Amino acid sequence: MGRAQWRAALRNPVGAVAAGLLVLLAILAIVAPILWGDAAEATDPAALSQGSTSDHPLGTDALGRDIMFRVLVATRYSLGLALLATAICVVAGVILGVLPAVLGRRSGRLVVAAVNLAVAFPALLLALFFAVIFGVGARGAVLAIGLAGAPSFARLVQTNVAAVSGRDFVAAARVAGVGRFRLIVRHLLPNVGEPLVVNATVLAGGALLAFAGLSFLGLGVQPPAYDWGRLLGEGLDRIYINPSAALAPGVAVVIAGLAFTLLGEAIAQVVGIRTTRRILPRRSATPPADPADGASTATAPAPTEPAPDAVLAVEGLRVGFPGAGPDGWTYPVDGVDLTVRRGETVGIVGESGSGKSLTALSLARLAPERAVVTADRLDVVGLSLAGGDGDALGDEPPRDDPAVRKHLGTRLAMVFQDPMTSFNPSMRVGWQLAEVARVHEGQGRRAALARAIDRLRTVRVPAPQRRAHQYPHEYSGGMRQRAMVAMGLMSEPELIIADEPTTALDVTVQRQVLRLLREVQRETGAAVVLISHDIAVVAQLCQRIVVMYAGRVVEELPADRLDRAAHPYTRALLGSVPDLTTDRELPLATVPGRPPDPASRPAGCAFAPRCSFADDVCRADPRLATVAPDQRAACWHPRLDDQKQHGQEPHGQEPHGRQPHEEGVSRA
Amino acid sequence: MTSTPVTPPAAPAASAPSAVAGWVGNPWARFLLRRAGRLLASLAVLVTLAFLMIHLIPGDPVRAALGVTAPPDLVEARREALGLNDPLAVQFVDYLRALFSGDLGVSMTSGVSVSETIGQRLPATAGLAVVAFVVVMLAAIPLGLAMAVLTRGGRRRGVELGFTSTSAVVAAIPEFLLAVGLVFVFGVTLGWFPVAGREGAASYVLPVLALALGPALLMARIVRVEALAVMDEDFVRTARAKRLPPLRVYLRHVFPNALTSTLTIGGLLLSGMIVGTVLVENVFAWPGMGMTIVSSILAKDYPVVQGIVLVYGAAVLLVNLVVDVLLAIADPRSTIREG
Repeated sequence: MGRAQWRAALRNPVGAVAAGLLVLLAILAIVAPILWGDAAEATDPAALSQGSTSDHPLGTDALGRDIMFRVLVATRYSLGLALLATAICVVAGVILGVLPAVLGRRSGRLVVAAVNLAVAFPALLLALFFAVIFGVGARGAVLAIGLAGAPSFARLVQTNVAAVSGRDFVAAARVAGVGRFRLIVRHLLPNVGEPLVVNATVLAGGALLAFAGLSFLGLGVQPPAYDWGRLLGEGLDRIYINPSAALAPGVAVVIAGLAFTLLGEAIAQVVGIRTTRRILPRRSATPPADPADGASTATAPAPTEPAPDAVLAVEGLRVGFPGAGPDGWTYPVDGVDLTVRRGETVGIVGESGSGKSLTALSLARLAPERAVVTADRLDVVGLSLAGGDGDALGDEPPRDDPAVRKHLGTRLAMVFQDPMTSFNPSMRVGWQLAEVARVHEGQGRRAALARAIDRLRTVRVPAPQRRAHQYPHEYSGGMRQRAMVAMGLMSEPELIIADEPTTALDVTVQRQVLRLLREVQRETGAAVVLISHDIAVVAQLCQRIVVMYAGRVVEELPADRLDRAAHPYTRALLGSVPDLTTDRELPLATVPGRPPDPASRPAGCAFAPRCSFADDVCRADPRLATVAPDQRAACWHPRLDDQKQHGQEPHGQEPHGRQPHEEGVSRA
Repeated sequence: MTSTPVTPPAAPAASAPSAVAGWVGNPWARFLLRRAGRLLASLAVLVTLAFLMIHLIPGDPVRAALGVTAPPDLVEARREALGLNDPLAVQFVDYLRALFSGDLGVSMTSGVSVSETIGQRLPATAGLAVVAFVVVMLAAIPLGLAMAVLTRGGRRRGVELGFTSTSAVVAAIPEFLLAVGLVFVFGVTLGWFPVAGREGAASYVLPVLALALGPALLMARIVRVEALAVMDEDFVRTARAKRLPPLRVYLRHVFPNALTSTLTIGGLLLSGMIVGTVLVENVFAWPGMGMTIVSSILAKDYPVVQGIVLVYGAAVLLVNLVVDVLLAIADPRSTIREG
């Protein structure tokens, strides 16, 4: 480690305190025996086993010797023995650790196995074992503690060496004929030095404590010599007469042990062996309810009454994260309006980063903990979750009582993107489904499980009786996604929000899941909100399509009018979908450029930098405006011509855009 | 380690006879076979080392035990009685034979059989370790989960800092020093609990506390970190999407998935606590094996030390085995069984 790193370790408050303590201890270790060595040995027959007096602040021992001086003088012996034991431990550990890298495969394995076996035993047990062999006394205890710690240090060296010895420069050195010994000293050890230094520091603390333990038991330092552990053991016998005789050496051991350990941790943090805590930027506790540019956002000027049969009505939805924006917040979702009627299927499309998934999660009140969700209106399945002037929803949801949970839990269903990670791996699938009925409808185990099996059958999971008792890892991806849909069907959902339900699946499986969603929609009459980056997928299933860009809705149109899309971004998305007529000689069309970072969106139309029709007008915010019946676009230059004239033939021009047998591989 | 030959851990499992080929295909059978093989190998090494211990001591252990003033013919007679004059291989075979018939030898100083001594002392030690372990589990898991819930998503920085730094400092203090502090506060100053001996439930309080406090805080830290990691998983979002009550989300969906590392650490802590009893017993004059082994080492009563080392070592190995089996059960994906 470099000098700069040491300095950084010392700047860390913990490291500085620990280092200061160690310096103090080192000074004590040097001067205390010189200054008070005789005083600590002097017996005072007039003051045997006394408590605290003016002559002896910490009292005296059974021979009338001053406890305070003895504790101070013992610093040298205690520290010295601990460092000696650490040295033995490091040397033995390094030898055992590099042996496998040097020996042949067979004997190397043997060493690894021996170390693994020894590591399984607690160090104290090994220390007791060695203490028997080497005999009671300071010398035996040093050897015992050193050797007892060696296996775990050896394991550490082995792991680090194994990581390094696979690298190119070691292989190069081998090829170049560098000898084994030289290989270790010049190539392996220098590259594993940092973690070893850190651990040796922590180890010294451990050795100090262990030594105190052995001496306390009477197995370490023998009289007339004394260290802290010995003093502690002697003091404990008279703890009723003079507690400080036991407490003072105990405190000394704790302080010294902690100093070593904390210094090691501080160095480790600087070196980055353990990852340091991620620090969030400072910010105000909540985002401003009404942003400075709020007046000019795409939000409708005044909340209007939603359609009476709406299962979802959102106005002015904003989701803020603490981040690098101008006010310390970034808004990946920045003023979204959305209405979904009973039984309607609505698709939300956009590139990754357009805020569509976060919109879906926020609607369902499942946004991440750090997000702050505000909305002028947020009515979900007949429940008003926000009203009036931008209530904060994300931090402490205003209403989270069982009644709200039951309402949302039974009428709102979610299907998530990755079926592989969206099931609890340690719970059987059937029970995960049954949980919904048990919690919200108070059903018994058996009834709930029976319904879960029935729903699994509904989504055509084969052998549902058996499958219900299996764990998620025993399901295939498509089957898991169907089980996820089944989970949503445990009650009678009025709204199903499917967030990229097919993205993680094979193309053939994608089609099955989409077909299932469509059937579910038909049979239950539930409204479906399908979120996808794939406009072709959305066009197959949905009646209405909402296109999002940079956290806002840029266009809203019936699926059968996709060929008359008005927003250049919608057209670009459609243009990037290959179909059967696409010329395969040409490279696949893409939308040039990249969506803006939510922290630094351009003023005005966010798509302008990528738009070939952009001009100065586009520096002002466009609002969603009606361009045709049932079609609204937020664009200063809406395209009103028929796209067919450009030779493009997008999907979804058939009535309702449903073409179950014509699904191509498609990416936006 | 010493120069003792060490059997590779997996060796017995590798040579499974073909008669059992039918259930060798079963991952559970394979796992248990492999794991049992490792236990046997470890036990073999443990027994060998315990046997060799007396021979590795420089000089004559009998002379050392009886003292320099003992008459030479007494030493010789004792050597003969202990079989120390036989060839090493013969001694080893005799030792193994005696071990399998439950005979651990006779104390050099008191003449009492070692297995009898252990039989008297083991319950006290085991009781202490088990009670302390139960306390650790009962305290650490709720504490760790509660801390994870309180500090999730970077909330309550103060609570987090207070918890992590307090637990780090307390967990770094070894149990015997905690024990001395507890004796001072609750025994000497407040007089609430007895500070020595094993009589009644009250006498358990301080030793158990001394033994359990550090591991409990360490464990709570692990539980917190693991639970925080699990809370970020997709399936927790699914559980929230089902609108389960928060407590159910934490107990049914978060905690079981944080269990694996909790168990691993719990096993390490338990084996550490078994040996930690040695120091705590000596602070509280607890009539267990820890007191006995220390006095036997000081008295150079090697057969007793040998026997007790065997018991401690076997206990540690057994705990490791139980933890591995529990891990295999707790992990439905059976990565441990396969690996």
